[in-house]
Amino acid sequence: MVTTDQNVPDITRVRQVPKTVKDSRSYTVFRVVNATVLVIVCGVTLYPFVNLIAKAFSSHGYIVAGQVNLWPRGFNTTTLMEVLTQDRFWTGYGNTIVHTVGGTAIAMALTTTMAYALAKKHLKGRSFFIGMVVVTMFFNGGLVPNYLLISGLGFKNTVWAIIIPNAISAFNLLVMKAFFENFPNDLEEAAAIDGMTVYGIFFRIVLPLSKAVVATMILFYAVAFWNSWFPAMLYLSDPELQPVTLYLRNLLAGATGAGREAGMEEVQIGANLQAVTMLLTVIPIVCVYPFVQKYFVSGVMLGSVKG
Amino acid sequence: MARGTGTVDTVPQTAGTPPGGADDVSADGPPPQQLRNTYTWARALRRDWRLYTFLILPVAYLIIFRYVPMAGNIVAFRRFRPGSSMFGDEWVGFYYIEMFISDPKFWDVFLNTIVLGTLTLVVVFPLPIVLALMLNELRSRRFKKIAQTITYLPHFMSIVIVAGFVYQLTALNGTVNQVITAVGADPVSFMQRDDWFRTIYVTSEIWQVVGFGTILYLAALTTIDDQLYEAARIDGANRWQQTWHITLPGIRPTIVVLLILNIGTFMAVGFEKVLLLYNPLTYASGDVIATYIYRVALNSGSFSYGAAIGLFEALIGLTLVLSANAIAKRTVGASLW
Repeated sequence: MVTTDQNVPDITRVRQVPKTVKDSRSYTVFRVVNATVLVIVCGVTLYPFVNLIAKAFSSHGYIVAGQVNLWPRGFNTTTLMEVLTQDRFWTGYGNTIVHTVGGTAIAMALTTTMAYALAKKHLKGRSFFIGMVVVTMFFNGGLVPNYLLISGLGFKNTVWAIIIPNAISAFNLLVMKAFFENFPNDLEEAAAIDGMTVYGIFFRIVLPLSKAVVATMILFYAVAFWNSWFPAMLYLSDPELQPVTLYLRNLLAGATGAGREAGMEEVQIGANLQAVTMLLTVIPIVCVYPFVQKYFVSGVMLGSVKG
Repeated sequence: MARGTGTVDTVPQTAGTPPGGADDVSADGPPPQQLRNTYTWARALRRDWRLYTFLILPVAYLIIFRYVPMAGNIVAFRRFRPGSSMFGDEWVGFYYIEMFISDPKFWDVFLNTIVLGTLTLVVVFPLPIVLALMLNELRSRRFKKIAQTITYLPHFMSIVIVAGFVYQLTALNGTVNQVITAVGADPVSFMQRDDWFRTIYVTSEIWQVVGFGTILYLAALTTIDDQLYEAARIDGANRWQQTWHITLPGIRPTIVVLLILNIGTFMAVGFEKVLLLYNPLTYASGDVIATYIYRVALNSGSFSYGAAIGLFEALIGLTLVLSANAIAKRTVGASLW
């Protein structure tokens, strides 16, 4: 069985210290301090989330008075209900899902096929094509030429402006290529002898046996599309097409008066409303995260193995 | 099957035998060695055409969406008018280059970029190493796992969410100001003060990237042989000496490679985050090259001028990563390629 974990070290492992070794007194002190600091680090990392939940369920008066920190005060769910019944919010959510699914599908189709072809070491022109990919890691056209290209193609205010231009990530492609290079030859050879073509081998042998790395790449792309907002701000001026991240950005910008750039009316928007929208935006990621975390970690480490 | 693999592997790969057997084991078999020089594109296409079909769309994609924009930088030397092609209308030479060189605003944002980039590099870059070393000293696998899960989480948050957290926490009624008033000082309107912008930017960067940044260091730490620690202990080295003489040298290649990558992106300071966090009141310290380009090109419509600055920025970035790589290769023998 081929898994992503084949070359990936276990970074949750802790060093085994023989029982016979006694820690010096100062090292014991260090360990206590170390553990305490780490607990504080975890607390600081989680605090914004805790504060967010507290603010989302507090009544406006307490927030304005600056009395909401760890727990909700003046418990209220009216803002939550308000947002949940707002069309604008659900439109954004729907668009985010469309962008994520569409973008990831296109990106995966291009990335897996290219990675598979480039993993074949005998392929003539291989190093040229690899070079073509690597260059994009260190040099890109820049904001203005990209903007002019996308507008010139007539992608503005279409979903294509979001899901096509970010299709191939050089990093993801090189990770997949390195993975396919280590794919056992025997399997592919046996299939070839049985009369399978490259297409058959790729779709019926290689892909099904590469589920772990494919899942990792899907997650990498999906998170990037889910979180993206800037391309939407550049190319989607029609509110009906905007993702929820952009909706949230406009809320934040409106609240601070920087919203003029986005061409939105200047309104003082309650911290409560912001908090509810933020909460609803992060919930899917926070819920899925614990289950998929290991794929990200192994993906990052696979990427560090030089292709 | 094993025997078959053995023979295939002994043929040099340049001779054109697919190591994977691919589609042609049945077609025409491995070409004799002496044909290596005559292994032409015609032959390559005939035997591997199915593989090449896999490349058509991705390569077309790369050309259109990566290489055409690179060529599109030509607009920096041509005048762009609304409605003209993306490459501009007519040659104006170095008009736009001279324009930004004599633009005092440009040098302000250039300086801001360097300050913010340096701060990020100096403050944020070493922290994942420290955190990884701290995690490495834990002896409870459970605690280590929980700490890792929690500290990786911010990496997955959209920058918009991070900005939202910043606004919530630094608001006049937010937690930070509550602490400030609790100790008797006056509340600070952080987001409106340009002297606070850099602190806020770097702090939010720490919150988001430090945890996830430990992964590669932790991976490098697992490759250090436990016997080295054993030997050092027998020689009487204490924990601190073990860290200094075994652990740090063990992860040095990783540190160097990541440092090069960071230097390469030095000029590209979190553009999207700055865009979300700054406002006209904090331009004095927050405005960076990328945001200036954004305003010049997309708000004022001076696309050629924006492209000229963008080209300049990209060339600096490329120079930085190439020279950092060369220096690393010469001094510590670790490099990206």
